[in-house]
This record gives sequence, C-alpha cells and structure tokens, in this order.
Amino acid sequence: MRVNEKIAIEHGLKAEEYKKICDLLARTPNITELGIFSAMWNEHCSYKSSRLHLKKLPTKGKKVIQGPGENAGVIDIEDGDAIVFKIESHNHPSFIEPYQGAATGVGGIMRDVFTMGARPIANLNSIHFGSSQHKKTKNLLRGVVHGIGGYGNCMGVPTIGGQTSFDKSYNGNILVNAMTLGLVKKNKIFYSKAAGLNKPVIYVGSKTGRDGIHGASMASASFDEKIEEKKPTVQVGDPFTEKLLLEACLELMAGDSIIAIQDMGAAGLTSSSIEMASKGKLGIEINLDKVPCRETKMTPYEIMLSESQERMLIVLENGKENLAKKIFDKWNLDFAVIGKTTDTKNIELFFNNEQVAKIPVNTLVENSPMYDRKWKKSKLPKKNKIQKKDLKNIKIIDVLKKMLSNPNVCSKKWIWEQYDHTVMGDTIQKPGGDSGVVRIHGTSKAVAAAVDSSAVYCWAHPHTGAKQIVCESWRNLISVGAKPLAITNCLNFGSPEKEENMGEFVECVEGISEAAKYLTFPVVSGNVSFYNQTKEVGIKPTPVIGGVGLIKDYTKMITMNFKNEGNIILVIGKTEGHIDQSLFARIILDEKNGPPPEINLFNEKNNGETILKLIENEYIKSAHDVSLGGILMGISKMCINGDIGIEIKRPNSLLSKFEYFFSEDQGRYIIEIAKSDLKKVTSFLEKNAVHYDEIGTLKGKSINFDEKTIVPIDELRTYNSNWLTDYMG
Amino acid sequence: MKSSVITFPGSNCDRDMDVALKKFGFKNKMVWHNDIELPKSDLVVLPGGFSYGDYLRCGSVASKSKIMQSVINFAKSGGMVMGICNGFQILVESGLVPGVLLRNKYLAFICKNVFVKLDNKNNHYFKNLDKDIFEFHIAHNEGNYFCTPEQLKEIEDNNQIAIYYCNNLGKIEEKFNPNGSIKNIAGIFNKEKNVLGMMPHPERMIDNCLSGEDGSLFFKNLINSIK
Repeated sequence: MRVNEKIAIEHGLKAEEYKKICDLLARTPNITELGIFSAMWNEHCSYKSSRLHLKKLPTKGKKVIQGPGENAGVIDIEDGDAIVFKIESHNHPSFIEPYQGAATGVGGIMRDVFTMGARPIANLNSIHFGSSQHKKTKNLLRGVVHGIGGYGNCMGVPTIGGQTSFDKSYNGNILVNAMTLGLVKKNKIFYSKAAGLNKPVIYVGSKTGRDGIHGASMASASFDEKIEEKKPTVQVGDPFTEKLLLEACLELMAGDSIIAIQDMGAAGLTSSSIEMASKGKLGIEINLDKVPCRETKMTPYEIMLSESQERMLIVLENGKENLAKKIFDKWNLDFAVIGKTTDTKNIELFFNNEQVAKIPVNTLVENSPMYDRKWKKSKLPKKNKIQKKDLKNIKIIDVLKKMLSNPNVCSKKWIWEQYDHTVMGDTIQKPGGDSGVVRIHGTSKAVAAAVDSSAVYCWAHPHTGAKQIVCESWRNLISVGAKPLAITNCLNFGSPEKEENMGEFVECVEGISEAAKYLTFPVVSGNVSFYNQTKEVGIKPTPVIGGVGLIKDYTKMITMNFKNEGNIILVIGKTEGHIDQSLFARIILDEKNGPPPEINLFNEKNNGETILKLIENEYIKSAHDVSLGGILMGISKMCINGDIGIEIKRPNSLLSKFEYFFSEDQGRYIIEIAKSDLKKVTSFLEKNAVHYDEIGTLKGKSINFDEKTIVPIDELRTYNSNWLTDYMG
Repeated sequence: MKSSVITFPGSNCDRDMDVALKKFGFKNKMVWHNDIELPKSDLVVLPGGFSYGDYLRCGSVASKSKIMQSVINFAKSGGMVMGICNGFQILVESGLVPGVLLRNKYLAFICKNVFVKLDNKNNHYFKNLDKDIFEFHIAHNEGNYFCTPEQLKEIEDNNQIAIYYCNNLGKIEEKFNPNGSIKNIAGIFNKEKNVLGMMPHPERMIDNCLSGEDGSLFFKNLINSIK
C-alpha cells in the first residue's frame, strides 16, 4: 500500500504532521513507518498538547528519587526503601468494553510499577460515571468494578482505596484511573534507558496478537456514534500471565543481568523499543520474525502496533541470555532475543530478511509535534447570596438523609468488598477511610495513599478547584497520621483543540502546581487523558490526584471512627460558611452556580502540620477531614463507623446552622480528643495560630443537636449504606 | 514442627501463609508445583490464589500438577493437609475432600470478615481451642460449597463439616451465608479428619493491626496440637 496524506489522516495524523514526517525522512514513509509515527505522535504517547504546560509542575524534592519521565515516579521512604507509584487512565477502552478496559488499566499500571523493580503492594482507583439515571451507568459500573477486581484480585495485590463519583457530564465518557504503589530497595531500581552497543534486546511475556491495534490512537480521539466499531481496539487482559511475568521479572531483577527494561503498554513494541533507544541515545534493530506471535501471518505493521498485554522488552547484558531464559521458562513465559542495540540512532526493523522500516529515533521523540494550543481563561463566578427564606422550611434531618444517601457520598462498600483488600497481610486501613494504609512488610513503617478529584469545583473555577484537590489529598493523608510526601496526577479533560477545554487544562495544571509547590508535595508521575468527549460534549475538568505519605510508626495510625464516649470533638480550621458549589447548594438548594471555596495555603499547611504533631504526641483518638457535605457529613460518618453518638453544641457564630454545618470551607478537620487533654491540645492549637471550635461530646447512639433534634446512628447508617446496594440490585 | 506450602503458578497467598506459619513456630519450606517430592513435613498447606489463572474450573489444573501426587500420597498415609481458599478448591478437585465449589451466589467476588462456628473439635486442627465462634476473613469468587444429597448425608454422618458461616453469636442461618454454600458450609474434612479444606483465610487474621486475631488462636493451637 502506497502511503499518502489521506491514509495518514485515517491514522489520526493532521495533514501538516504528515508533511512534517515526509520532510524529516526526506521521503514518503511506508505503511509500517506511518503506523509507527501515528502511534508515537498521537496525543496519548507524545503529550503534544500538554508538554508545554506540564513543565510548570514541581517535580523535585528531597524525597524524590525519580520524577516524571520514567515508567513511574519513585520516592524515598528511608532505611534504603523506596516507593514507586503512578496513576494512569484507561477511560476510552473502559467505556467501550468496561470489564476488559478496566482490567487492562489495572494491569498496565501494575506493569509500570514492577518494570522498575518494585513489587506492587497496593492498588487504588478513581472511577467516574454518568448520572445514576443514565441507562448505561449501571452496566458500566458493574463491568468496571468486576474488571478492576478481576485483575487486581488475581494478581494478589490489595486494592486499598478509591473514589467513585457520578455526574451527568460522564454520561458519554466514563473515567477509569488506576494507581499502583510498589516497594523497592533504593539500590535496585530499574530504568528504561538502554546503554551499550550490541546488547541483546529481549522480548518476554505473552505472545503478540492482533488485539489493541491503534489503542493509543483510539484514546486520542473523541467518540462518535460509531464507537461500537472500536471494540477490537480494546486489549484483553490476562492477569494470570501478568502474575507470572511479575514473579519472573523480579526473579531476574534480583541478579545483575538487566541494563534496561520497559513494559509494552500503549503503542506496544513501538513505544517500548523507541523509548529505550531514545533515552540511551542509541539505535535499535529488531527482527520481527523472532517476535512470538499468537496469530499467523501477522504483518510488521500489526506486530509493531499491537497492544497485546503482559509483555516486556529488556536490554540484557551480553552472555546473560541463558540465565534469563531459564527463569522465563520456569514461569512458562515466552522468551525471545529479537534484536540488539546499535550505534545508528535509527530504529531498524527486519521481516523475512528484508528491511521494512528505518526511522531516526529522534524524529519520533524529540521532533514529535508540540503545540501551544489556544486557551481561554476562566472567570471566577460571582458569589450567590443565600436568602433566609430559602432555608426556612429545611429540616436538618432531611438534609442528612438526602446527603448521606447521595450517590457521591454514600458508602461504597458494595464496590470495595469486591476487591481483595487484605491479601499480602499488611493492610492496616481498609477502603472507606480517608486513606488506605499498608505496612512496609516486616518493618514498623507504613505508607498511606488516597485518590481524590473535585470536578464540580474545577468546573466552577479550574485554578481554585485544582488547588483544592491537592489540599484534599494532603488532608486525607494527614488524617490517618501520614506525612504527605508526593503526588501523582491523572489529568482527564475534553478536547485540547477547544479553547475552553484547553483553558481548563492549563489552569488546573497551574492550580496543582501552586498548591504542590507550597505544600512541598511534588508531582513525581502522571498521565494526561484528553478527548474525553462524545461529539461536542466534554466532561467536567477532572484532574485526579493520588497522594502518598509515610507513617514511621504504624501503631500511631489514626482512623476516622469515633472511639470513646466522653471524648471531646473539635473542628480544626475556620468555618466561614461557604455554601456555593457545596453539596448542600447543589442537592438541597438546587443552586449550581457560584465559586468553589477558596484555598488558603498558609492555613492548609499550618493546620495540617499542627494536626500531625498532635498525632505524633498521641493526643488524637480519631480524625477526619471536612470535605464534601461539610462538618455534619464528616461527623455522621465518624459516628456511623465508630457506632458512637454525639451531643452537638453549635459554637457561637454569626452563621446560620446550615452555613455552619454544611459549608465546604477548606483546610478543616474533625478530631476526637480525651477530655483530660483538652487544655493541652487547645493551648497547643492557640500557640500555633490554628483556629478551632469545640463542638460536642461523644455520647450514646445518636446525633443530638441542641437537645432538640435527635437522629439515631442506625438510621444514618441505613441512609448511607443502602443507596448503592439498592441501585445495583 | 515442619510445614510445607506449595506454590502453584498463580498462587498469591503463599507468602502470607509462610509468614503466618513461621510466626507461630513452624519451620516452613516453600515447595514448587513442579517438584516431585515433598520435603519431610508435619503439615502441608495449599495456599489461596488463582492457580493457573483459574481459567478452567478453579483448582482443576493445579490438582493435576506434579507435586499433587506426593500431596495425595501424604494425605492418604494420614499426613495433615490443609487447603485454604484456592487450596480448598484444589483439594476438592483432587478428590481429597468431597463436594465442589461453585461461583458465589451473588456472582461477585467477596472480601470481608465473617463469623464461623466450629462443629467438631475431635481433630488435630481444632482440638484444644477453647471457643467455638471465630471471626475469620474471606476473599473469593467461588466459595459456594455444593454436594449431592447422598454426599451430604455421608459428610454429616461422618462429622466432616469443619466450620459453618454464622453470626457473632454462632447462629447458623441463611442470612449469614456470604456465598450460598449448602448448609452454610465454610470448610470440611475428609473422613479421617487429617485433610481440611476451608474458604476463610486464618493467615489474614494474625495481628490486631490487621482484621483481627482469631487466626493467631487457630495457628497457636495448630502447632501445639501437632506436637
């Protein structure tokens, strides 16, 4: 087939990009070469619309061993240990085929982590679905949850946390973001940079089939009515093979045979070979006849673009082939020497003794397009004025009932009970808390991790919303007693070719950057997912933040369930009564406009650090950050989890009770302390200029407001736990 | 006391079992599925996981692996063999205990704490335990125990039911049955009571920081009763 502009456009390239390819090569590419260019130059692999802005993120820090640019980020957790972690999207495939899409998303991110030599120790996920009323939502949710569980459970890696949201902006584009944390010794981290000439290039893992061809290109385009036709671009996962691959790779990594290793993820053999060569400033030569294939008569084009799962590419030390082969034979995995490193700085492919492609590596990577797309700045919306009469007929108990059973607040137990969250025997905080926590096996340390998004805030004002998510992640870690160390981000947006969407992206990146810099909470890895839109309708801007923190002595870990009657409850941080964009505004007042709550980074940092000190000194019995739904949602959850009630005394305040209890001001926590510690704790808070309100005492089995309204905890629990189970049937 | 944990391709609770056995005093060895001979053992454990991906019936391929002939011989000569979760499925598939394990009634993987009641302490596994109701942990997709009426009669006549799903007070009712198992069966013995298969994972309950400590009671008792 002779390549021309029309064929290039069918591959998702723009006319000017095709021209650039022809210029770079000084000739017309053949079809295999065109396929390689289209795979490397699509949005998913090249970050052509986002690269310029991602540079603004803070990526360095004392604890950062490896920032963005490798398979995953790496942070130092002392004693020679390091945590490798990353979050990644698998949105488009999950919408087309929810089970396989979600499963291979989980498989892909685990591979990114163990490629670096780390054994995965925890999985998390952030999933966003359309309105619960939408006809597709239920099946998508069921499929995605089964897929995530199907893969993670089989791998024997606990799923320790997550986040599930519903909003009609995801009706045509769900989001499935998967995060993995792995543990590695600092001196045994593996990278993807090839080095040395004539080193054998090894293919290991599953055989290559025709599945997933053009997967990365599919993920770089919007959906239309022909979406069903894209099913063949979704990969099929085999977690059993991945489990074998994990064990085999770790066994090989225990020795010193590997120079570089790279998993075959998006764009398969193409991107893995090119990335290794590019980083090592080398060339690579591959004999495609040697690639283990699942199907007969596969063409070079298909072999290079297949996204079959559970495959790795390794550059090995000379003479280690037999040793490596023995290990992969033991685990019943394919092993083939398919090529070697060269000094040509070209990628050269051979098939049936003929050269079928020859492309300078730098044309695919350094010379890939980079766009400074036009973007539109968003304005901070005007504040709404709440009218007293709007609040007149509202009863607190009705608000509680409606909020606790709201799809975005209700218990997600139906979901996380389908995930094995206890395998590996180190899960000390299960899903359902502020962060999941796993011990570092055999030590007194533990790592905490949380995933968060606030699409509603980001939609109202991207910059503020994005700052808020970073802060929420930081608070979720602090609430369990972990020192926040670093974050990974998954940036889910609509089309970068639309100025509004691009503006949302730019401002969210800037918001993340501002908060992450201030809190010394660097971004060490991440992923951008654009084109989350069907025809002209895009999703709300949804950056997802995955935060990781360290607990040095896991016996000091904090949970959110209330502990003992008689203990005092304090709200840390000032309640200003910001109702706009709160859950209260949206579901009780039916008000969707207005700005999100402001972020005061100084208070955020000061409050958080003060809480950590109180935890370190063992004053805090339970803690929970105040987020969606405000103080009373937080307290309700603490009551439900601890099965202890509270007598609430609203502090003197100019705010109405609704503003006090349901506003979503930031930087706040609810903490439980012993009565005998009250003086010491409050004077410590005052000394550190931290605002606090004393709001009640734990007592009985109900929430009791000013001795007038009494709501039994069992009733709250029913509201909270039934919605999802009933919905899923 | 010497124990052996068999690792099949796809086993994923083998390390957890190793940690638990060692914690309570066993000298444990990991044994590869392709080995032919078992090391000298007082107890052999088939751990949880997804042996061979469970792509055929759960446990069926593993039950035919090389080491299983030795395990079967060991069991037939009176050796103690315990299968947990996927290990239970392998025991069923290899015919060491009767019955089958079907997909959970609600067609979903389930991971949570459950209560189980011991029925029979006249065996090495439970003999000196001083309570009957334990809080254990389950994590499985195919734990729905099933057998024919004739098999059930035989199992009951021989006191082969090891543990039942129940509530915290020991009530054995359908509503406390997480997976649809016949008669709330969570674990069974062979006729001679030297082979035990059960769905719950005692190895995940050995630390008060984890889900609980009833697993510790189980393992402490186990090593003492083998001595």
